[in-house]
Amino acid sequence: MQENSNIELISVSKDYGKTKAVDNIDLMVSPGECLALVGHNGAGKSTLIKMILGLVHPTRGTVRVMGHDPLASSFNRVRGRIGFLPEQMLFQNNMTGRETLEFYSSLKGVSLAGIDDLFRRVDLIQAADDRISTYSKGMRQRLGIAQALIGTPELLILDEPTSGLDPASRQNVYSIINEAKNAGATVLISSHALTELDSRIDRVAILNRGKLVALGTIADLRRNIGLPSQIKIHAPASAMERLTQHFGDKCLINGVAQLSCPVDEKVTFLKEVMDLNIPLTDIEVDDPTLEQVFLAYAQKHEQDEKLSGGLDHE
Amino acid sequence: MNRIWTLITKEARDGYRNRWVVMITLVMTGLALTLSLLGSAPTGTTSVSPLAVTVVSLSSLSIFFIPLIALLLAYDSVVGEAERGTLILLLTHPVSRTEVILGKFIGHLFLLTVAIVIGYGVAGAAIAFTGEDGFADQEWESFLRLLLSSTLLGAIFLSIGYVISTWVTERGTAAAVAIGIWLFFVLLYDMGLLALLASDGGNMIDGTVVKWVMLLNPTDSYRMFNLTSSNATALLSGMAGLSADHRASDASLILIMLSWVVVPLAAACAIFKRRQL
Repeated sequence: MQENSNIELISVSKDYGKTKAVDNIDLMVSPGECLALVGHNGAGKSTLIKMILGLVHPTRGTVRVMGHDPLASSFNRVRGRIGFLPEQMLFQNNMTGRETLEFYSSLKGVSLAGIDDLFRRVDLIQAADDRISTYSKGMRQRLGIAQALIGTPELLILDEPTSGLDPASRQNVYSIINEAKNAGATVLISSHALTELDSRIDRVAILNRGKLVALGTIADLRRNIGLPSQIKIHAPASAMERLTQHFGDKCLINGVAQLSCPVDEKVTFLKEVMDLNIPLTDIEVDDPTLEQVFLAYAQKHEQDEKLSGGLDHE
Repeated sequence: MNRIWTLITKEARDGYRNRWVVMITLVMTGLALTLSLLGSAPTGTTSVSPLAVTVVSLSSLSIFFIPLIALLLAYDSVVGEAERGTLILLLTHPVSRTEVILGKFIGHLFLLTVAIVIGYGVAGAAIAFTGEDGFADQEWESFLRLLLSSTLLGAIFLSIGYVISTWVTERGTAAAVAIGIWLFFVLLYDMGLLALLASDGGNMIDGTVVKWVMLLNPTDSYRMFNLTSSNATALLSGMAGLSADHRASDASLILIMLSWVVVPLAAACAIFKRRQL
């Protein structure tokens, strides 16, 4: 049996009535890789995850997880090797954190000996024996992450793992993901915003309305969408004239020259500005944020849809 | 097997933590004691065993109370977990959906059994010890039948509750359907049958047909099982006049009640398997 990819999606679609929640997606994720699914609410991330977990039947296409069909009854043997953090979950308030982890450990058939380590890993050891009703939102989220780590899973699926976490805990989540990755696990995380992601993510899949609109490293995505860097130049009025002579009148907005250039040509561009030899008071350089990159992909996809939709009607 | 055990103990612990067991046990004990102590007063010095009186009063109480408690325990079990989001997590673990239903069923049945045995046991013991008859002379067999059949009645309505809980998508709907089911089996069914018989004037409809239509309702099977369990209870409940062919055998009553456990439980498992999350 080949197990090159821990997750293998081939032309997978899921329709809910007329809505295409997931539309013809191909995706492979290898062991030791961390892939982030990014998209707006309702882009199809959760449906995709549920299909990988065998909770939802795909309308079309093939899903294979660790070489098995998640809908087959034999998949139960594979389930013990998967860790999952659901997007929104209310643990039972009347149980303690420890009881909760004990419950899920027994269901997975995992020894209870490692529970203290899990609590330490997510900085929750002091609260382990408290009722969950006393936990804050962030503590509940961390308990969820500890729960997903039970039995050192080979496939870790985290739906919005950093929601409700402070920056320190968020960094901790990424270091946990990194450890799992280094141990050879496949990590799949979902997020509604690229800005939440960390450089420790290997690849990003951007989903929009059920379709996979971009797949690649964060750097690749940034480059391929071709969003320019924004450069703002502050200078005395006299100097501005020379700037507008050089770059055109349009660039002057509210007394500030706002220019743009391709991301990898910033240095040459700034040299060009400096070579004008005018007294400048300040220069601001803004690379496109991940959020802008993400929005650009989503918008590009919608425009493409409109174009092809228009053609269909003719 | 270990996994089912984990599910069972969790349900049982939940019931304990939620004060469910404590509450229903207290209510059952309170009602049972009140009914049996008040109920035994009018027997005075008749030859009727006070425990038989208790069995008759308690079985009438059970018909209303046990289905309600069972439905309240069960209606929320699947749909509630679905709404809280824990169901998705549970099902990504190596447990089958049938195991989930069975685990909940056994856990809940355990809670109900504890409440019934303690509640009715206390009442039974109180009567037995305060009565003038010797402890061994009491109608213990009828009392044991009451405990067993009450547990069975609870199991029936737990199963029906799971069908509701796996079927509907919202807790509110589940609660409404559960109350509707309770009203139907406990009140409306018999009233409808009575109305039918009254309008018929006792001529057209065959007695045996009426009997079996009545026994299709598990609460009526339960009633018949307990009220005709001995001469004493039959006499007390006005069932003594029934001719032999108007009674149903114990075996067939138990069979009817058992199928009311098994069929809805199997249906709940089947519906749950097809439920999309």
